[in-house]
Amino acid sequence: MMIELKDIKKDYHLGLETVHALRSINLNIDENEYVAIMGPSGSGKSTLMNLLGCLDTATEGTYCLNGSDVSDMNDDNLAEIRNREIGFVFQNFNLLPRASALHNVELPLIYNGTPSSQRHGLAAEALTKVGLGDRMQHRPNELSGGQRQRVAVARALVNNPSIILADEPTGNLDTRTGDEIMDLFETLHDGGNTIILVTHEEYIAEHSDRIIRLRDGHIERDEAR
Amino acid sequence: MKYSWTEFGEGVRIATQALKANRLRSVLTTLGILIGVVVVTVIISVIQGMNTYVTGELSSLGTDNVFVSRYPWMITSWEEWLRVRKRPRIEKEHFEFLEKYVTLAEAVVPEVATRRTVKYRTEDLGGVFIYGTTDKYMVSSNAMPEFGRFFTDNEIHHRRNVCVIGWEVADKLYKNKDPVGKRIKIGGQSFRILGVMEKRGQMFDFSMDNNVMIPYTVFLKVFGKHRSLDIQAKALSPEVVGELKDELEALMRRARGLRVGEESDFSVNEQSQLLEVYNNLTKVLWIVLIGIGSIALLVGGIGIMNIMLVSVTERTREIGIRKALGAKRRVILWQFLVESMFISSIGVTLGILISIGLATLVKQVSPIPVNISAWVAFLGIGFTISIGIFFGLYPASKAARLNPIEALRYE
Ligand SMILES: Nc1ncnc2c1ncn2[C@@H]1O[C@H](COP(=O)(O)OP(=O)(O)O)[C@@H](O)[C@H]1O
Ligand SMILES: [Mg+2]
Repeated sequence: MMIELKDIKKDYHLGLETVHALRSINLNIDENEYVAIMGPSGSGKSTLMNLLGCLDTATEGTYCLNGSDVSDMNDDNLAEIRNREIGFVFQNFNLLPRASALHNVELPLIYNGTPSSQRHGLAAEALTKVGLGDRMQHRPNELSGGQRQRVAVARALVNNPSIILADEPTGNLDTRTGDEIMDLFETLHDGGNTIILVTHEEYIAEHSDRIIRLRDGHIERDEAR
Repeated sequence: MKYSWTEFGEGVRIATQALKANRLRSVLTTLGILIGVVVVTVIISVIQGMNTYVTGELSSLGTDNVFVSRYPWMITSWEEWLRVRKRPRIEKEHFEFLEKYVTLAEAVVPEVATRRTVKYRTEDLGGVFIYGTTDKYMVSSNAMPEFGRFFTDNEIHHRRNVCVIGWEVADKLYKNKDPVGKRIKIGGQSFRILGVMEKRGQMFDFSMDNNVMIPYTVFLKVFGKHRSLDIQAKALSPEVVGELKDELEALMRRARGLRVGEESDFSVNEQSQLLEVYNNLTKVLWIVLIGIGSIALLVGGIGIMNIMLVSVTERTREIGIRKALGAKRRVILWQFLVESMFISSIGVTLGILISIGLATLVKQVSPIPVNISAWVAFLGIGFTISIGIFFGLYPASKAARLNPIEALRYE
C-alpha cells in the first residue's frame, strides 16, 4: 500500500476555540490510483491534501507513506520526503515569478543536489512532455494561465515522485485549458503515476477512478467508479 | 543529505537576483555599514599614524636620559600644583654635586634656557633659544659642532663670553659668511662664536637648530641667578635608567639636606613619562572613537536587519514554494544570509575605498603618516561580514522556520 492513513485527526486552534478540520480519517491509496477528493467548502479537502503532501503533520493518527511512518517527522525530514515522493500542482500555480520556466522546473532537482549538467536536460525533458519545449526561457508572466499550470505539472513530475497532488488545479483556468490540464493528468496516470486531486466540480472528478467525498472532516463516501 | 554545491549556488543566485531587483534599496541600506567602516578604519589608521609620529619624535629625546627638574613634567591636579609650586630652585651647586658623585651616568648636563633676539651688526634674529649648558651637552644631545669647536671646562669656569650657534642661526644671520670667530650679541652682551652645531632637524614642529649654546655660568650671570636649572643625565646604558633615577634622587636629597621621611622637593623625570601621558590621551581617544564606530556599525547592522525582514516578508510565498519543493531550513537560511552578507560587503568595499581616499588626504595635509594597513582593512571586512551574518541571522532564521502552508497561502 502506498498511502495508509490511520485515525488521522487534525485540529486547528483559534484562540480558545478548536476547529476539528479532520476527524478520524482512515484511508488507503494504492499505486497508480487516480483519486478525486470532493466535498463542500470547509470540509477539510485542503487540510487532507496538506497532510498527504507532508506539508503538515496530523494532530493524531499515523500516516505511512511507502512503508515509512511520516507522522512525527521534523521539518527537514518532511522536506526531503516532499522532494523525493511528491509533486505538487496548486490552484494558483505557485511559480517563482522572476525565474524562467526552465529554472522553475529545475527547483526540485536543485534541492536534491542533482548536478547542473543533468538538471537542464531533465527539466527540458519534463517541459517537452507537457508541450512547452519551445517556452523554456519564458518567465511566468510571459505565459498564459494554462501554460503556467503546465510548467507546474512539469515541475511536479521532473523528480519522478510517487504521487502527484493537485489542489483544484483547474480552479483558475477556463474550461478549455482546464480540460487540457486534465488530459495531461490522464496521460501521466496512463504512464503509471499515482494522482490525487481535489476538486469541487463533478465533471473534473469524472476523470478519476475513485471519488472520496468529505463532509465536516469525515469521509462521507468512498467509491470506485 | 550532505550540503551540496548546488544548494550553495542557488543561494548565491537568489541573493544576487534579489539585490539586482532592489538596487537602490540595497545601496541605501549599505550606507550605515559604509559609514561604520570609514569611521573605524580611518580612526584606527590615524591613531596608528599618530603613534608612529609621536613615538618617533619622543624617542629623539633619548630613552636613556633622565631629567632632574624643579617640577614634575605632568601635573595632574590643582592640589599637586599647590604642593609643588613653592619648591626651591635647582642651583649650580646641586648640579656640581650631582656631577661629582653620580656613578651611573655617562654625562650630567645643566640646562637653562630663554628666548631672545640675537644680533650680528645690523642684522637681528628673533625668538632664538639661548641655552646655558656645559661641553657635556654634546654627549647628552648626541650632537657635535659641524665647524669650529664647543666651549671647554676652562671657559665655563672662567665665565667667558663664548658660544656655539645652531645651524639655523648660522644660516639666517651669517648667510654665506663663516660665523666662527665672529661676534654675536645676546641680551646686550657680546659673545665670540666658537663653532656651529650640525643640523639636527625638528622635533614635532619645533626646530632644534634655532638656538645658541653658552656656558651655563655665563647664562646665570647674564640672565639672572633666579633661574632654576634643569639637570639632564644620560645613563651609562638603557638598562640602568631605573637605577640612575634612584641614584639621582638620593644624591639630590643629600645635596638638599633632606631628612628621611621628608618629601623630595624636586622631580626626576624621564621621556617615558611623556609617552605615558600621550598614551593616556590616546586611550581616551580610542574609547570615544570606538564608541562612535560601534554605533555607526550598529546602526548599519540594524538597517540590514530591517531590510532583510522586509525582504523575507516580501518573499514569504517564494519561501513557501521552495520549502514545498524540498528546500530544507539551512538552504533558506543560507539564501538570506548570503543576501545580507552581500549587502554588507558592498558597504565594506565602498567604505574601504573611501577610507583610502581620506587617508591619502590626511597624509597630504598633516605630518601624520596615515596608512590603511592591510590588517585594518581585513579587520573591517571581517567585522562587517560578521555584522552581515549577525543582523541577517534573525531574519534568515525567521524565513527558514516559516510554515510552508502558511507561507504558500500568504498574499
Ligand atoms: N490554518 C488554519 N487555521 C485555522 N483553521 C483552519 C486552518 N486551515 C483550515 N482551517 C479550517 O479547517 C476547516 C477545513 O478547511 P480546508 O481544509 O481548507 O477546507 P476545504 O479545502 O475543503 O475548503 C475549515 O473549517 C477551515 O476554516
Ligand atoms: Mg481548499
